[in-house]
Amino acid sequence: MATPPGGYPYGNDQQAQQPLNRYNFPSSPSSPGYGSMPEQRPPHVPAQPQQHRRAAAPSGGGARNNPLVRPYAMTGGRTRPRYQLAIEALVHTTAQPSQLQGQLPEHQRICHLCTEIKSVAEISALLSIPLGVARILVADLAEAGLVAIHQPGGDASAGGQPDVTLLERVLSGLRNL
Amino acid sequence: MVAGGFGVGKTTFVGAVSEISPLRTEAVMTSASAGIDDLSHVQGKTTTTVAMDFGRITLDDDLILYLFGTPGQDRFWFMWDDLVRGAIGAVVLVDTRRLADCFPAVDYFENSGLPFVIALNGFDGHQPYTPEEVREALQIGPDAPIITTDARHRNETKSALITLVEHALMARLK
Repeated sequence: MATPPGGYPYGNDQQAQQPLNRYNFPSSPSSPGYGSMPEQRPPHVPAQPQQHRRAAAPSGGGARNNPLVRPYAMTGGRTRPRYQLAIEALVHTTAQPSQLQGQLPEHQRICHLCTEIKSVAEISALLSIPLGVARILVADLAEAGLVAIHQPGGDASAGGQPDVTLLERVLSGLRNL
Repeated sequence: MVAGGFGVGKTTFVGAVSEISPLRTEAVMTSASAGIDDLSHVQGKTTTTVAMDFGRITLDDDLILYLFGTPGQDRFWFMWDDLVRGAIGAVVLVDTRRLADCFPAVDYFENSGLPFVIALNGFDGHQPYTPEEVREALQIGPDAPIITTDARHRNETKSALITLVEHALMARLK
């Protein structure tokens, strides 16, 4: 995985900056361009860090209110999770509330949401996070041991397609609706 | 998966049988993003948002069925590839007044080997063509079921899903 220099881990300056990144530019000066207008970035870069540091502390959770933050700023520029989560994989929070202190706002929101079991798709939809970003954030949480993931059952020999037992259960479930 | 042309009733279908109002998830894509982690050298890429509606049916204490309406535009095949993995099968909704709209979906599922059923969505209750006429027009083999449905009604959509799972089961048992 190619992680831009300075783009990871969480909690560094770059992450703290992003809630106030109102220019719709990526805020990592050290990794040129995951924005779509790289040629326009240089003039802005010197001005940003100071503004962001000034207001970073009280702005936790601000990202969700600011549609101008590029979604992949939340992931430190990563566009693929460490392992591939199915869109229908189920996520369920195992962390104690005290463990959520100090986590990124997006991570906390996912943990709060998944106290009741939710799919990756639902996390994306209910928190208005693009699907790819939700996958990465959930994978982070799983790696940190804060959520449990139930990947859908499947028959490896059949390309991950559901096995006969599962199909029978689905069929009987549908008939009983 | 619930597939079919634009405006054929995919989200209506999902909503009729889902226990939650259909939710919408979005994927932000760039034209050059496939297989690329670090976009620092990508110039002039275009960004597209692909929306996908889905619903959920809890079948059992520990069994949840998700219904995904495929993104309408055929060019978002990458989303379909994502969905096909682990999917039971697909309901291809067809508006017989615009038969050609379902061709890409039918081709896709035939190629991917995912079991599918063709469901003729009767707009205003009309079913101007019989399933066999449609089978001939679509050049579909005898295996894939062709049924009529009304995407607005829970019983009809439920019955379409049952037909699909039965078909998928038969395909696995062969």
